[in-house]
Amino acid sequence: MFGLFKKFKDGFAKTVTAIAAKTHGLFGARIIDASSLETLEEALYTADFGVETTEEILAEIKTAYKKDATLHGQQAAAIGAAVLKRALAGAEGDLRPAASAPTVIAMIGVNGSGKTTTAAKLAWRLKQDGKTVTLAACDTFRAAAVEQLKTWAIRLDLEIVASHTGADSASVAFDAWQAAKSRGRDYLIVDTAGRLHTKSNLMEELAKIRRVLQKHDPTAPQHRWLVVDGSLGSNSIEQARVFHQSFGLTGLVVTKLDGTSRGGALVGIWRQLKLPIYFLGLGEQAEDLQPFSVDNYVKAVFGLED
Amino acid sequence: MFESLTEKLGSALRNFRGVGQLTDANMADALKEVRTALLAADVHFKVARDFVERVQTQCVGQQVLKGVAPGQQVVKIIHDELVRLLGEGENSLSTARPLKILMVGLHGSGKTTSSAKLGKLLKKRGYRPLVAACDVYRPAAIDQLEILAKQEELAFYSDRVSKDVPAIGAAALATAQATGCDCIIFDTAGRLQIDPELIAEVKKLHAVVQPDEVLLVADGALGQEAVNVAKAFHDALALTGLVLTKMDGDARGGAALSIKSIAQVPIKFIGTGEKTADFDTFYPERLASRILGMGDVVSLVEKAQETIDHKEAEKMAEKMRKADFDLEDFLAQMQQIKKLGSMQSIVGMMPGMSGVQLPDDSEKQMARTEAIIKSMTKQERRKPDILNGSRRKRIADGSGVKIVEVNQLLKQFQQMQQMMKMMKGGGSKKMMKQLEAMQSQRGKLRF
Repeated sequence: MFGLFKKFKDGFAKTVTAIAAKTHGLFGARIIDASSLETLEEALYTADFGVETTEEILAEIKTAYKKDATLHGQQAAAIGAAVLKRALAGAEGDLRPAASAPTVIAMIGVNGSGKTTTAAKLAWRLKQDGKTVTLAACDTFRAAAVEQLKTWAIRLDLEIVASHTGADSASVAFDAWQAAKSRGRDYLIVDTAGRLHTKSNLMEELAKIRRVLQKHDPTAPQHRWLVVDGSLGSNSIEQARVFHQSFGLTGLVVTKLDGTSRGGALVGIWRQLKLPIYFLGLGEQAEDLQPFSVDNYVKAVFGLED
Repeated sequence: MFESLTEKLGSALRNFRGVGQLTDANMADALKEVRTALLAADVHFKVARDFVERVQTQCVGQQVLKGVAPGQQVVKIIHDELVRLLGEGENSLSTARPLKILMVGLHGSGKTTSSAKLGKLLKKRGYRPLVAACDVYRPAAIDQLEILAKQEELAFYSDRVSKDVPAIGAAALATAQATGCDCIIFDTAGRLQIDPELIAEVKKLHAVVQPDEVLLVADGALGQEAVNVAKAFHDALALTGLVLTKMDGDARGGAALSIKSIAQVPIKFIGTGEKTADFDTFYPERLASRILGMGDVVSLVEKAQETIDHKEAEKMAEKMRKADFDLEDFLAQMQQIKKLGSMQSIVGMMPGMSGVQLPDDSEKQMARTEAIIKSMTKQERRKPDILNGSRRKRIADGSGVKIVEVNQLLKQFQQMQQMMKMMKGGGSKKMMKQLEAMQSQRGKLRF
């Protein structure tokens, strides 16, 4: 457990940007005062938690402060962590196999969110757990996206079904499912093209991939995950909302949390849409895709020790 | 969806009428709303705070203009200040020849795509651009740039063996000089601003190629960290400009304001779509409106001016005024609107509707409405009252819709006519009620 948390914290706070550090030891032994409350507000906003969550945490700390003028930083941190934990209760995704193999996981999201990389990392991770996996290169739109996934497949020794750029993405998905089935694979991971949620014609393509997969298995794709760039702000909530409306998401993967961003928008997405978070991307290596843990996330954000 | 700032300020300043001057006290609520709006648009906390303070000093003491709601006046002051801030600095490119441009940024921000788009744009401006693939890490990044370069007929340089980025840069430069290219765009790997090795690498590349422009490519939906990202890149490489990408989404783009305020880097280009032609020069007014959730009225007006026939529009206005508006005019008007572009892009430009999504079939609906009207005789279009059951059935058959749809259209048209009559009669209160009623059944409206 400790090792995992360390990885989490290391990846998550490479430059020690946990809220604790940002507030210059505000969460230490010091007694809270008005100016430190403002610093705290800044720290919460800059974590992209959004207006709602930030105000909620602040309100609880202020209430506690009114009752006890000698409130210490660490107590304030504990209150913040408690609020965040409460807000995120139930947000941990638990990847379960479908009734009949292959379990299909579709990776969707806006351009540049990290779908292809996540698909490869996830395949590698499942393989480490002793599962058999096929990748489907269904991003046939972006120049060289197919080559990108192929390169990953070679690098990590993964099985892949791919066509060429410009090919029909749904037919690649169809063939990949067939291949995975006939080879008796546990999982099929479908990488799709990036699309902005505001483009309805591109959203239609996703629906087609789904329809085609359902010809094989009416429950496929059982997992429909939105890959969200963790350095984005409030717009990721809009992205999630629209993808959810048109495609019926089942979960999230939040990427690029090895920078200084704290990915606070995932809290907003969870609060509004109740989509569980399955994995966080904490670095460039294949093993840097880590299961989401509310405990670890909250601790890393507030700089609490395990 | 986003409630427009104008609406929010309206409520914050509700009890504000009759007040002669804006003061600290009566501004407090309004400014709090402004701050929240900025934060919700992902403007950095400190930037939002400083901005509000500056606006406050400008507002206080100003006379409330006659005939203008104080809320609107405040928004105007904020908007102007925002435009000033966003537009500061030189946002055209260096005129050096050869022109050397270094593209840098985080992973997935859109550097490779933007490199090709910029190449295309500069080619149109008379340059002979060469794009150089300096991303040796991301699998197939070189392939991606090569394909895009081929597509746009741009010269291309890569070295698939070497991992020595500064050396690749130098070789690209030499190739450009030898082949008569006068503009070199270096596409680099995505890197975190806190990755010391990769930052050192791009600094070396910078030292070797001595670029005239260093453009930070940033996702328009970037959150609060935009500031730290920009600052670190600026400290390392002395940025000369910003390219804001994926602005065809509905992100408010507050990060641009943060970057502009903190790093003082002018915004030079905006990526607005998947196609290589979707690359625009930056207009501060438009982004200011967008950050404030005010819609892009300016662009809409410009677009309308370009495409709508003025005489036609005047004729229409006159008809509306006289409440002499028939289905023939309705059809003509619809065709004018169609010229503006997709319904969605028009709606996106309207104040308070920046986040509103039209149902996917709204364009189809419009086409159906058009078909219905076109299936009527001229006489029927001028006098819809004569449309009895059998005529309606004929129209439905002719346009391939159900009678219900014909009925719906006629009902909606009747409402419109009524409103025009009310406008003529000056019954504005009654009309507002009517409008509200129409709004509440917006989902059912056909147009």
